Amino acid sequence: MRAFAFEGGFVPPSTADFNLPPAFGNSEFTTKPILLVFLSVILISVFFIAASRKAAVVPSKLQFAGELIYGFVRNDLGKEIIGAEFMRFVPLLFSLFTFILTNNIFGIVPLLQFPAMSHVSFPYVLAAFPFIVFHWVGIKKQGLGHYLKGIAFMPGVPKAVYVLLTPIEIATFFLVRPLTLSLRLFANMFAGHLLLLVFIMGGDHLIKGVIGLKLVAPFSFTLGIVMTFFEFMVQCLQAYIFTLLSALYIAGALSDEH
Amino acid sequence: MKTRFAAEAAANPLIPHTAELIVGFIAFTLLFLVLRKAVVPMFEKAFAARTEAIQGGIEKAERAQAEAAAALQSYTVQLADARGEATKIREEARVQGAAIIEDLRARAQEEAARITAQAHASIEAERQAAITSLRQEVGSLATDLASKIVGEALEDQARQSRVVDRFLEDLESAGSKEKAK
Repeated sequence: MRAFAFEGGFVPPSTADFNLPPAFGNSEFTTKPILLVFLSVILISVFFIAASRKAAVVPSKLQFAGELIYGFVRNDLGKEIIGAEFMRFVPLLFSLFTFILTNNIFGIVPLLQFPAMSHVSFPYVLAAFPFIVFHWVGIKKQGLGHYLKGIAFMPGVPKAVYVLLTPIEIATFFLVRPLTLSLRLFANMFAGHLLLLVFIMGGDHLIKGVIGLKLVAPFSFTLGIVMTFFEFMVQCLQAYIFTLLSALYIAGALSDEH
Repeated sequence: MKTRFAAEAAANPLIPHTAELIVGFIAFTLLFLVLRKAVVPMFEKAFAARTEAIQGGIEKAERAQAEAAAALQSYTVQLADARGEATKIREEARVQGAAIIEDLRARAQEEAARITAQAHASIEAERQAAITSLRQEVGSLATDLASKIVGEALEDQARQSRVVDRFLEDLESAGSKEKAK
């Protein structure tokens, strides 16, 4: 495992650092990411139920904050992209956005400090929801045969091109879309967390070293803090992109022409 | 060296964990159901109420404006009516006043005429009385005078009166002759 062990015993962070021991007990269901995921569900539910409970015409500060996030997903991601039938998909988009955003931000929250989305299982599951929804919507709207035909044989293209285009299109709709959706999120969170580990653990190691190395340690920590802010941006951006692409896929399935 | 849980699985981070797949599905489904059931409808309710409040406010303002315009219209009409009414009343009053004055004048003339007639009547009565008493006095004076002159006592009443009448007739006829001249 520790083939890259540096002289002086520095162990660089690796993929193994993402496999945390169970927080308690000895079950696979009590690991940190799983507990964080449940925590996020509780936090999001409590926050938004508290914010929306009164549904007042003149909102309180809490309701205003909730409406800001909800309104952003509803209008900028739902209404703008999906169009007339957007209201049906708002709950899904809203859940995706808040769930991903909260779990991502857990990555830089002190004590929690672990993005659950850096475990690929969660992005896989999350990508499955819009994947199933946009295919289901397309089939329901256009009929199974017409929908599949529209994917495999894009209209308005010379017949010879189908040799090349058909496999690409099929792969796009059934493999590339869900995979890129989940892997983009996973890879960003994974790499981001790894980056923070490098700077923080590196700094930690440097400060224990000889005097010359001690002087360099603050730079490592500073960069670690800078990267934390950068990570915050990436975490918000990834939640936005995931939801945006889901909305775009649904909008594409809803529109008649491919 | 730290102990690593499931270190074998760490080899490939793209291989999903079954436990995490299950948990991810359950957790996300749970969140989805909660947000769809409890949060989205409430926010939509707030948005709808807000839209309605704004639209209601506009409608209310429009209604108030329409009401004000209607009130103005009705006041203008009422004012015009009142003016017309006032003119009519004034006209009637003038006519009535003229009638009253005319009536009073007629009554005063009537009264004047009546008083004049009464005065005439009483004057006539007094004249008659004066004539009657004068005639008696003149008669007795003339008789006395004549008896003294003639020396003949005209004691007989009937004769006396006959003489006086004849005298008076003479006087009257003399008077009328004189008038005729």
